[in-house]
Amino acid sequence: MIILENVSKKYKIGDTEVRALDHANLHIKKGEFVSIIGPSGSGKSTLMNIVGCLDVADEGKYYLDGLAIEEYTESQLAKIRNKKIGFIFQSFNLIGNLTARENVELPLIYQRVPAKERAELVELALERVKLGERMNHKPTELSGGQQQRVAIARAIATRPSLFLADEPTGNLDSSTGTEIMELFHELHAQGNTIVLITHDESVAKQAKRSIRIRDGHVEEVAI
Amino acid sequence: MIWQSVKMAWKAITSNKMRAFLTMLGIIIGVYALVVLVSLVNGATTSVTDSISSLGTNLLSVTISDDKGNPYRLKDLEELMNEDGIEEAAPLTQTTATISGSLEEESGRVYGTTGAYFRIQGKEVQLGRILKSIDVDNHLNIAVITEDTATDLFGQINIVGENIKINGMSYEIVGVLEEDESATSALSSSNYEVYVPYTSLIRFVDGLSSNITSFYVSVTNEDDMDAAEANLEQILLERFNQDEDAFDIMNQSSIAEVMSSVTGTLSLLLGGIAAISLLVGGIGIMNIMLVSVTERTREIGIRKAIGAGRAVIMLQFLIEAFVVSMMGCIIGICLSWITLQIINKVGGVDYSLSLPVVAISILFSLLVGLVFGLYPANKAAKMKPIDALRYIG
Repeated sequence: MIILENVSKKYKIGDTEVRALDHANLHIKKGEFVSIIGPSGSGKSTLMNIVGCLDVADEGKYYLDGLAIEEYTESQLAKIRNKKIGFIFQSFNLIGNLTARENVELPLIYQRVPAKERAELVELALERVKLGERMNHKPTELSGGQQQRVAIARAIATRPSLFLADEPTGNLDSSTGTEIMELFHELHAQGNTIVLITHDESVAKQAKRSIRIRDGHVEEVAI
Repeated sequence: MIWQSVKMAWKAITSNKMRAFLTMLGIIIGVYALVVLVSLVNGATTSVTDSISSLGTNLLSVTISDDKGNPYRLKDLEELMNEDGIEEAAPLTQTTATISGSLEEESGRVYGTTGAYFRIQGKEVQLGRILKSIDVDNHLNIAVITEDTATDLFGQINIVGENIKINGMSYEIVGVLEEDESATSALSSSNYEVYVPYTSLIRFVDGLSSNITSFYVSVTNEDDMDAAEANLEQILLERFNQDEDAFDIMNQSSIAEVMSSVTGTLSLLLGGIAAISLLVGGIGIMNIMLVSVTERTREIGIRKAIGAGRAVIMLQFLIEAFVVSMMGCIIGICLSWITLQIINKVGGVDYSLSLPVVAISILFSLLVGLVFGLYPANKAAKMKPIDALRYIG
């Protein structure tokens, strides 16, 4: 379902050119729980951006569900992200002036789901992350763990084919981090594909398959 | 989608009310200035044109600038009255004089005319009588005065038979006029007016000759106004050696035209100034929207990441600018309405909200919102999601 073939991406930082990804190859099948681990600056954020269709590779090919991503325009990529990818970020990335319910609703609005159906999907998603009681709270009124669960609910609501989590436990203490990880396990158990990006070995080990990235090269790690 | 964008815009606006209000202030002031100023000018125009047309549309006024050595006399006017379509003709000459009654002495205007003048102008007496042709023929020292003159110089209006002094010369008061609300009184500088026989006035004032330089003509039938005017012009052309520059015929509609072109220019000018302030208000919107876009870079990144395309982000910010400018516009119109009501109450006048200007200000605000929202909205829409997400504000 995710196929990267010889993907390269270069960045210019000042005058120096940084090769963030160097002919990376990666295959992830549907229903897999994969962690991508690497130290900071290893290129894992770049990989996440490309896999998440937030950025397009300079070279190589990326297929998501059989779609050749580099062939699409920015607006089409926005639609693909909306339908196929559920993002979970380290810093939660909720919109501050919207309530939990409205944050979860947002991607559904962009999908033009009718209001009634939308409300049902939102409630379902929030109950699934055990936040049914706090739907009308704004992010500032929620704890870090709760905010991350809202973010997960936002990802769940659109029923994406891929959950893409970037250091989802990075801003949380270890016990809330564990709760969040349990949510990912549940999602995986229900047959969802999860790609988890982290620098934390203990988190990475929880995945069924681990991929290490170092200086833009992708290597498989045996667990 | 548009409804959703409006809701989102409303959220964004209400989450920072003070800023939203300050942004709107430019539009509020612009719309307020535009609507109030133009409504006032329009109201004034309506009242002036109303009083001009209340003078009667069967009225022609003639000014003679060059008599070709053959001056116009009272007997010429009498002949004129026999012409087709012309009902009456009355000369008018005027001077400023000291007028004194039993109580006060004031400077006022003295008009020399005939009885026809009162009928042509629709002036009526509330007491006594108007001038008669016998008064004119016999150079009688009698006077018809306005109500203001009577009340201010004598302290009452019941003064028929008393004497009024004009530059020291005694005139017997034979009539007191009704209060005149027409344009001639509205536009004249002095309230103190005295009408005396034409012949008496020219006899005692140096520098006034018996030559008529200005007279009024009434037309028998209003519908035949154009024919009567053409006839009059023909007669005067014959009289003054076919020189059409020797005299000038004016009808009330041409006076009204001049008036409305003056006020039209005035409202255009004031409207233009107000429109500039609206424009400045629009620049204010752009300014704040640009700040807002930068501030909300991360939000834009999040929205893009979870699936908002360029068009959606563009629409969101554009509608936000739209909503701000429309709210400003509506508040401005409400304030204008309230102000006009207050002016009406205090000044005892009747100015109403000029609907075309309200429509124009709404259109203009929409345009301002669109034009000045476009650049910030485009800036937001153009952001790359990864850059926007990485932004630390």
